[in-house]
Amino acid sequence: MIKHLRSAADLDADTATLILDTAAEMAALSGREVKKLPALRGRTVVNLFYEDSTRTRISFEAAAKRLSADVINFSAKGSSVSKGESLKDTALTLQAMGADAVVIRHSASGAPHRLANWVEGSVVNAGDGTHEHPTQALLDAYTMRSRLGRLDGLKVAIVGDVLHSRVARSNILLLSTLGARVTVVGPPTLIPLDLTDKAQVSYDLDAVLPDSDVVMMLRVQTERMQDSYFPSAREYSRRYGLDVPRLRKLPEHAIVMHPGPMNRGMEIAPEVADSPRSTIVEQVANGVSVRMAVLYLLLGGK
Amino acid sequence: MAQPRADAPSKIILEGSDLHRVVDRIAHQILEKTSGATGTVLLGIPTRGVPLAHRLAARIHAFEGVEVPVGSLDITLYRDDLRLKATRALGRTELPPAGIDGLRVILVDDVLFSGRSVRAALDALKDLGRPSSVQLAVLVDRGHRQLPIRADYVGKNIPTALAESVKVALTETDGADEVRLIGGLS
Repeated sequence: MIKHLRSAADLDADTATLILDTAAEMAALSGREVKKLPALRGRTVVNLFYEDSTRTRISFEAAAKRLSADVINFSAKGSSVSKGESLKDTALTLQAMGADAVVIRHSASGAPHRLANWVEGSVVNAGDGTHEHPTQALLDAYTMRSRLGRLDGLKVAIVGDVLHSRVARSNILLLSTLGARVTVVGPPTLIPLDLTDKAQVSYDLDAVLPDSDVVMMLRVQTERMQDSYFPSAREYSRRYGLDVPRLRKLPEHAIVMHPGPMNRGMEIAPEVADSPRSTIVEQVANGVSVRMAVLYLLLGGK
Repeated sequence: MAQPRADAPSKIILEGSDLHRVVDRIAHQILEKTSGATGTVLLGIPTRGVPLAHRLAARIHAFEGVEVPVGSLDITLYRDDLRLKATRALGRTELPPAGIDGLRVILVDDVLFSGRSVRAALDALKDLGRPSSVQLAVLVDRGHRQLPIRADYVGKNIPTALAESVKVALTETDGADEVRLIGGLS
């Protein structure tokens, strides 16, 4: 088993499948009365969050607690970081406290890679800048597999602000490892140029929809945009937003995903987000199972 | 515990129809000791305990027409040596629809050795419900217990040396029915 999960590229097909299979067993736990397993008793997991997050932090916390690990939550606000402490010094502090795993979210791309050089425990990337978010990709793959039965040969459209999306980047890497065919769709200004060997590119959402098994809508990350990438929110929504008429263009079995948080009415219409074909709430539930699997496989053995 | 080398001499203890007769006997003993296997659930411990549990249920049904619910109980996350070895893949835990509360649970495993797997199974069981009682059925008891645990139903007692190992093969998982003692010279 690998030691760190810094990038979806750390996972080969066998390891990724092992994580998804393990997550399926972990998911059975949520139906139980006692939602706790003793696998990580006595281990310490630190959630090191330099960026705001609701679902990812809570999801990792729930996952670690269900495996009986001790959880320390650290958020940059209200810590010594606001006094100017560097990531390295914070890392050495965590090291001295005996963290077995550090789950890090950071606004700087590559922060988990740096951290892995400074701590002895495992490092799990919970989102770094515009770079990667591998556990989100794993839970998305898990959701697709459980809804549609397979990943190999699946046609996945990833739509919207691909340029700033760590979710898209990790999904493209993981899905291509697992044999799915990815098409990224968005305005040319929001499609990066370095993806083309792993994914196809289209600028026309209506043309892609009829031939997709999965549509993954991305949040437009205005907080990361220093330039104007599209004329107006209305125009973006008209060309790349998933509304009810567009939903009808999808094949019968196709599902709609969104990593959250959503801008309802911008990239996704409220009726679409709440439709039975949307897996948005399911994705959150699956997130806990997938993160349990990751923590168990990284920390459970020798 | 030292594992015998792959090319170590080995001896077949049970094979084919012998193994079927042993399973038949355990099924009869279960019927006898549980007054007809009412209020009973068979839980197999993966990997080979699960097909054994299904075989016992099928034999019990053939003998007396009683349907005994069968499930599986994975003990990986409850093992006391989890941290001493490389990470293991998980098996499946699947309880019968009626659950285990208030019922007699019979744990089924292929080999009883140190007793640590059974201890782990008892821990796992307590997180799943509260059976009225728990019994243990094993195909082979090879001795060398490290915990105060004994089986209620034993297919075959095989005296072994610590350096030897007992390998159970079943048609469902390995393509043939066979119990083999590996590493012994006798």
